Amino acid sequence: MSSQIPQRQAYGMALADYGDVNPDVVVLEADVSSSTLTKYFADRHPTRFFNVGVTEASMVDVGVGLALSGLIPFVNTFAALLTLRACEQIRTCVAYAHTNVKLIGGYSGLSDYKDGPTHFAVNDVAIMRAMPDMVVVAPADNVEAARMVPVIAEYDGPVYMRISRAVVPDVFTEAHTVQLGKGVTVRQGNDVTLIGSGSMVARCMKAADALAQEHIQARVLAVHTIKPLDVDLIRQAAEETGALVTAEDHLIIGGLGSAVAEALAGHYPAPVEFVGLNDTFAETGPDPDTLMDAWGLSVKDIVEAARRALRRKSR
Amino acid sequence: MHHHSETLIYDLLERARQIRLDVLEMVYRRGAGHPGGSFSCAEILAALYFHHLKIDPTRPDWPERDRFLLCKGHAAAALYSALARRGFFPVEDLAQWGHLGAHLQGHPDRIKTPGVEMSSGFLGHGLSIAVGMALAQRLKGPRYHIYALMSDGGVQSGVAWEGALAAAKYRTSEVTIIMDYNDVQLDGATHDILPLEPLIDKWRAFGFAVIEINGHNMRQVLDALDMALEIHSLPTVIVAHTTKGKGVSFMENSAKWHGAVPTEQEYARAVAELKRYVV
Repeated sequence: MSSQIPQRQAYGMALADYGDVNPDVVVLEADVSSSTLTKYFADRHPTRFFNVGVTEASMVDVGVGLALSGLIPFVNTFAALLTLRACEQIRTCVAYAHTNVKLIGGYSGLSDYKDGPTHFAVNDVAIMRAMPDMVVVAPADNVEAARMVPVIAEYDGPVYMRISRAVVPDVFTEAHTVQLGKGVTVRQGNDVTLIGSGSMVARCMKAADALAQEHIQARVLAVHTIKPLDVDLIRQAAEETGALVTAEDHLIIGGLGSAVAEALAGHYPAPVEFVGLNDTFAETGPDPDTLMDAWGLSVKDIVEAARRALRRKSR
Repeated sequence: MHHHSETLIYDLLERARQIRLDVLEMVYRRGAGHPGGSFSCAEILAALYFHHLKIDPTRPDWPERDRFLLCKGHAAAALYSALARRGFFPVEDLAQWGHLGAHLQGHPDRIKTPGVEMSSGFLGHGLSIAVGMALAQRLKGPRYHIYALMSDGGVQSGVAWEGALAAAKYRTSEVTIIMDYNDVQLDGATHDILPLEPLIDKWRAFGFAVIEINGHNMRQVLDALDMALEIHSLPTVIVAHTTKGKGVSFMENSAKWHGAVPTEQEYARAVAELKRYVV
């Protein structure tokens, strides 16, 4: 799959394709199907597509009704709208009631660079992690986003997946397979571990290249499932490298970094440095990459965080 | 429309009395719960669970069963009484309401309690969930009818009217909303807190067929439920005018009894009133 198409397009196409093989999949949308690209599913499976307009809270509940009747609803809108406007519906009717609803948040992180902070989703992972029973997924690239569609559909329970609006560099080949709750070691190394999710995995790979120039061998873990976290993989990395960096296009508060720190505090305390948004809404930008670089999510930020982690390890 | 016999009416009114007595005892024993809104829907629940709903207590997950959503989850005790008396679980379980490890939660929990279709507690969800169930049965079957019992407070919530828009769009005649319109909510009279009137006009404007009844008149309740099944192109709302705390004089029309527990003396007086109460 080419990295020339945005991650949302890879998701939208995969969803439409999966609709061909699983007649129980239905798709709900809150007036942004041309943006989330669920329109591909709508075009191919019009009887299983329900556009309910700008009624995010009701959309989640309609999805709940479909799930209670044995169908597999994929409920779509912008991640910020889904997790904030429909937060109580998700808490009560999806998580608490354990309904088989798949919540797909488009325009994750800063990827909707041109629309600005109202449209950014920088606390969606924090909110969804705090929902008991919720699986939280942030695929690293187009291949992983596409592979996730059947996997989350066939998992029996609530799932939240965030999808970038932007073009995300390829990390995986077409041969990649995914298993919920299992992270992937995408680069070996024993000096420091870089743990990324979503669009930050590719940046971690570039940071590892830069660190190699300094003779620092960084291990890179791609963690698509932020909850439940692959604690074994991360503990092993902590034991073998002794220092870690987390990187996410999300607030540091409550996201992947928090999850990693919570896991290590209980299992194998080690220095962790966090790359993410530092208690800020950020701002509108000219393109996703420039915006991420400007707000602390650059490859250089990851490299510097790795150096800090290494210094703390040697103390 | 069926003619409902005097015997049926009498039997269902006795069922409603039993629901109220159960609720009163449950709230008193537990020291918590919501008697007012449980009493206002006793006739409605009795009509549904002991006559109208197509259900089988031995098979709570029977695919063809009618679905009942208690949108006003604070009337949990009334629902639990109806389910137990209908045979979904032993009546003795009612005494365990709210105990650690018991299946009866403060508000209904679909995972824990047999016969509870959907967990509820925060208001307003039922209408949209019912729409989803209607859409699902069109795609996959089997066919059944969906009922959602809503309160004044639930109908104040934004998500209810979002769901009403969706019900109108998809013309979900599979859905009957029953509104337990007792005009009292937690903090006071609904017409003071946040008026819903003109309510009938609102539902009609939103695309619903409206049936207006006295929700304590069993014959009207039964007729309205039958009539709703004959409406084939629109969702229906039965606006049931009710009295909060119905059946106990000092609880009637009082916001205080939305979520209050009777003292020993009040309990005895309430039991006596309910036992001699005639609709």
